[in-house]
Amino acid sequence: MAKYPIFTDDMKATHTILVPDMLPIHFSLIISILRSSGYKMELLRTSTQTVIDEGLKNVHNDTCYPALLVIGQFMEALNSGKYDPDKTALMLTQTGGGCRASNYIHLLRKALKEKYPQVPVISLNFSGLEKEGGFKLNAPIIMKLLYAVLYGDILMLLYNQCRPYELIPGESDKVLKKWENILNENFSGNKFMGTAKNYKLILDDFAKIKRSKKKKIKVGIVGEIYVKYSPLANNHLEDFLISEGCEPVVPSLLDFVLYCAVNTVNDGRIYGFKNKTTRLFKIGYDVIYAKQKQMISIIKKHGVFEPPHDFEHLRSECDKYIHQGVKMGEGWLIPAEMAALAASGTENIICAQPFGCLPNHIVAKGMARVIKQAFPDANIVAIDYDPGATKVNQENRIKLMLANARR
Amino acid sequence: MNYSLGIDVGSTTVKTVITDENKTIVYSKYQRHFSKVRETVSEQIKIIKEKYPDAAFRLAVTGSAGLGLANAADLPFVQEVNAAFIAVKESYPDTDAVIELGGEDAKIIFLTGGVEQRMNGSCAGGTGAFIDQMATLLGITTDELDKLALSAQKVYPIASRCGVFAKSDIQPLLNQGAKREDIAASIFQAVVDQTVAGLSQGRKISGNVLFLGGPLFFQKGLRNAFVKTLSLDDRTACFPEEAPVFVAFGSALFAEKSESGRLTADEIINRIENAKTTENVVTGERLFVNRAEYEKFIERHIQNDLKYESIESYTGDAYLGIDAGSTTTKIALITPEGKLLYQYYASNKGQPLDRISKKLGEIYRLSGDRIKIAGSAVTGYGEELIKAGLHIDHGIVETVAHYKAAAFFCPDVDFIIDIGGQDIKCFKIKNGAIDSIMLNEACSSGCGSFIQTFAQALGYDIARFSNLGLFAENPVDLGSRCTVFMNSSVKQAQKDGATVEDISAGLSSSIIKNAIYKVIRAKSPSDLGENIVVQGGTFLNDAVLRSFEKELGRNVTRPAIAGLMGAFGAALYAKENTHGGSSIIGSSEIESFSYKSKAFQCGGCTAKCNLNMVTFANGEKHISGNKCEKGAGKKRTTDDICLYEYKHDLIMKTSLKPAGAPKAKIGIPMVLSYFEQLPLWAKFFTSLGFEVIISDESSRDMYYKGQQTIPSDTVCYPAKLVHGHISDLLEKNIDFIFYPCMSYNIEEPETDNHYNCPVVAYYPELLKANIPELNDSNFKNPYIDPNRKEHVAAVMADLLKEYGISRKQTLAALESGFEALMKFRKDVSSEALRIIARAREEGKKIIVLAGRPYHIDKEINHGINKLITSLGMAVVTEDSICELGNMPDLDVLNQWTYHSRMYRAAEYVTRNDDMQLVQLVSFGCGIDAVTTDEVRAILEKRGKLYTQLKIDEISNLGAAKIRLRSLMAASE
Repeated sequence: MAKYPIFTDDMKATHTILVPDMLPIHFSLIISILRSSGYKMELLRTSTQTVIDEGLKNVHNDTCYPALLVIGQFMEALNSGKYDPDKTALMLTQTGGGCRASNYIHLLRKALKEKYPQVPVISLNFSGLEKEGGFKLNAPIIMKLLYAVLYGDILMLLYNQCRPYELIPGESDKVLKKWENILNENFSGNKFMGTAKNYKLILDDFAKIKRSKKKKIKVGIVGEIYVKYSPLANNHLEDFLISEGCEPVVPSLLDFVLYCAVNTVNDGRIYGFKNKTTRLFKIGYDVIYAKQKQMISIIKKHGVFEPPHDFEHLRSECDKYIHQGVKMGEGWLIPAEMAALAASGTENIICAQPFGCLPNHIVAKGMARVIKQAFPDANIVAIDYDPGATKVNQENRIKLMLANARR
Repeated sequence: MNYSLGIDVGSTTVKTVITDENKTIVYSKYQRHFSKVRETVSEQIKIIKEKYPDAAFRLAVTGSAGLGLANAADLPFVQEVNAAFIAVKESYPDTDAVIELGGEDAKIIFLTGGVEQRMNGSCAGGTGAFIDQMATLLGITTDELDKLALSAQKVYPIASRCGVFAKSDIQPLLNQGAKREDIAASIFQAVVDQTVAGLSQGRKISGNVLFLGGPLFFQKGLRNAFVKTLSLDDRTACFPEEAPVFVAFGSALFAEKSESGRLTADEIINRIENAKTTENVVTGERLFVNRAEYEKFIERHIQNDLKYESIESYTGDAYLGIDAGSTTTKIALITPEGKLLYQYYASNKGQPLDRISKKLGEIYRLSGDRIKIAGSAVTGYGEELIKAGLHIDHGIVETVAHYKAAAFFCPDVDFIIDIGGQDIKCFKIKNGAIDSIMLNEACSSGCGSFIQTFAQALGYDIARFSNLGLFAENPVDLGSRCTVFMNSSVKQAQKDGATVEDISAGLSSSIIKNAIYKVIRAKSPSDLGENIVVQGGTFLNDAVLRSFEKELGRNVTRPAIAGLMGAFGAALYAKENTHGGSSIIGSSEIESFSYKSKAFQCGGCTAKCNLNMVTFANGEKHISGNKCEKGAGKKRTTDDICLYEYKHDLIMKTSLKPAGAPKAKIGIPMVLSYFEQLPLWAKFFTSLGFEVIISDESSRDMYYKGQQTIPSDTVCYPAKLVHGHISDLLEKNIDFIFYPCMSYNIEEPETDNHYNCPVVAYYPELLKANIPELNDSNFKNPYIDPNRKEHVAAVMADLLKEYGISRKQTLAALESGFEALMKFRKDVSSEALRIIARAREEGKKIIVLAGRPYHIDKEINHGINKLITSLGMAVVTEDSICELGNMPDLDVLNQWTYHSRMYRAAEYVTRNDDMQLVQLVSFGCGIDAVTTDEVRAILEKRGKLYTQLKIDEISNLGAAKIRLRSLMAASE
């Protein structure tokens, strides 16, 4: 018998599934996909001190900040009385691997044990962890999720390239909102496959936004996946950069998906074996990578905006500094993104990471020196996020980096 | 005249500078702001207005507290490191590097060879504020501290990472009677080490170095330490006259070049005074709604008072209890009925022995011939010194003393929490015995003395400061992290317009949250117990007590002598264990009591402990600082019941030479996973005809050797040590260093996976990227999975192909390597069984000191194993007995090989009455945030105690000793 409650088939009808806030654009698309598949979904948007307090209460305080926030956000939601614990389930992404992050789901269950033992936790993962239970990812849903990542990426990319330059405040947000609505509808009606057409329409809409020609400092954001993307974790880093007159350059989520996929393929290559999993992941990788290439070529052809990095390019950048065997946490992807950003003219880079992040000792602070050697003008700053770290402390360090950038 | 104005608002001071058209400073002022930022700034502008009534200024604000002010008042801002950079370019263009220490920041600017500006991360903590804190600890001013440092003879290693750590290093030194001069110099050296290690990150600080900031301007001892450490001289080290206002000067220069409009002094004042406050202060609940509520609260607590008896009239026996705590000294003299005859509670000012002997003299004077001391006991950090010096009858561990005292007030007590100056101690009581003990980690201490230091920084005494919080309207939420973080939280709150009252209340609640959620790790009040007794000096503070009750949602017992409980408990112990009289030194001897203290290094073994010898007037000696009996001048007898020693010696005896002349010499650093895998690789290489050269044993010097190439200052100490080992190997005559990257460790039974932790797995990558001497030919770090032998053989054959080694040979060598590894592990396991059997024969308790393989490194474990054996217990390792245990049900993913052994070892311990488990945790080990709770659960679920010892570069074992003795006392 399992030690914890399982999300059963019946629960699909009765239970509301709560999802933590991580990537505002992507997650709202993912939610509508799962809704259209019959699940009751709700994205948590809370960002109060109570979230942090609940995290501190329920998780070992030396655990990384993302775990603390995600679990804190769930506990706060359950405590709020808005959700009936007998009719609520929680969903968490799980990547697996040698980093502490693969334990988040266990830490969450541990936190629930006392007060909400009946609340099931669903693991959203693609590595075959936690197969039991009524939440099943079938091929059509996986396909939809992939498209959500793709659309989320292009929206995030174009939005970040427009908002700092928009002449009429709020215009970028309007276009973003419009497309979130269209895509949500598309996903419920299964009309999402026409990426080529949709990309062009999205590109045209963003291109119509009136933008200033004044050059702004581009600041790349790399780092631990949750802190890098979640405004809750990074104290609204993108907004802060825009208020400082910069353009935030945030690498796409698809890179992380490809990174996870290729690591399995790499394992076979590095340790000399082949099996069903490595072959399957190779196929998956090729399919997803082709999708990325398509997006890049459409953006290039359109000619107005900067496309995202080509993942194979990231891999070859990586090889100059670190081995692709470094696969825990965000692993080799961080130095690869730093190098690719620097090489493409975004030399100011913030590495956003939880305080005490283990893999980042190696892949972030540990690689800064070699990347600076290759790009003498690279201006890299690692910012630690933590329940006790203050915004003023973080902003002051970012301001120092910007002062360097402006010189 | 066109003037420019620079305003530098730091964490503790405000600096203003006016420059004229020739970029000359025509006016400057430096002033402490005591957290009244706005008031101080406008005060300074008013002075400027008097002097320059008609001027309009271009201005720029800078500094860590200036950012918020500038935003709120809509004034131009320049980042402070950038301001410094501008000023250096102007006034000292030949400078190669700048080091600036401020109130709470440390900064480095490299100007030549690629401009780089760096600030300390959020962990490195304060520097100026740190020195202030340390001076407070010693009960002197910073000027006096500086004077002391100039006549130092010796420097003690003090943890240099963070103020809190350093404090827990200094405290025991003080209590052991180390010279204040030496401690003062050690404090400055710690600041230097922190700056060099934390900020240089692999870049050498050399050439002309300019030193800036208040502390470096005012403190000569600090200057000397920097000059010496960086090997500078009068020519290359520059301490400019204008250092305190230098950044403000840079800010004025920035303003001059900017295109911002000119403002008159009045306009500036107007903007500052009308600045809009931001609303991002998170506020908590008020402590008391009104005075009536407060009075009811006081009424309730006053019931827990003690009965008193006058020392000037009482006749009969009395019992003396002394608590020589970390920052304070407490003395209680009681009658056989427990009535209090005499009490004393004060800061020990770093000289506990002096204080106590003086007070004992006072007791004798007051007692006359009427009172006879029939028993005496001492507890606390200074226990041994006081016991030896004053011939006290009993030395008892603090936890026992506190329980005794608490039970006097509340016989049903089931939970005691004591927040003292330096420690938080909590223990649960079950069936009349201490059941589990929780103590704060070195990193979250700072507890009581933190409020005190803070109060002083704001210009208040502690009592007044904390009372301010009682009726605060909007207590700020300051988080529950360590003090360094709290400092910057407070800074932010001040910036956002919080009042001193709000901050005071916020600090009280922070201390409480820290205790409940970090130390006790409680989820709900019912976790604590029914009858809670609170004690310790910090709880005398009504605001702290109220915060505690509010957070728990229930009332607790605070004895009126909350600060005196240790001493009171010791006195009760003395009473219970009396045999009619006391050996305590008499009134005549106390008058002439004196002692001398001398510091020296023990030469007994490679640990080279810093010892301190106190010689009393009667010629008796007391040695402290030793980790084993040898240092105290006694013979060691306990090595043969310590598996740490056996395992360490066994691995160091690994055969490293091949049969014939070596084909090549291969360097292996004795670090991390090699503490387990050396037998494998040594056998592998020697059987192929290579010689293996291992790096020397770890030491503090070894750490310093590689310190400059450590890029991440928050990684664990075992990883930081690797840098020194690599440097050491490079000095030996080797062909290449072999250090493979291993995502996976060897698979072990009943686990979900078998990873290494990310640091162990990939540290070679970091080394290659940060140690300039390393390249592809002298450093080989192939990726291997030890579970795939065929593939490892292929990789190794490729790596060794220039020596004509075939795949068949590597596979065979690998097989014998694995055999050697198995044999090593088996030897260790059989030795463990022998030790266990022997301990049982002798009736000794057995401690499973559970950590990682590399915890046998003596520089990492700091001799904790010896400390345990010297307490009369046997020591085995987690890996030696884990095969005897069954994998218990776990709540977490069991996916790291080293860590999974601890779970099985813990399970085994629960089945053996004479065994206890002590978990060694290296600071910064993120994985242990997962394992510690799990190991605790395994043990506690089956009625065992959980003890955790957190270790870092700190080598002082005072705190570890208290825990281990408490464990001993509790398991009896």
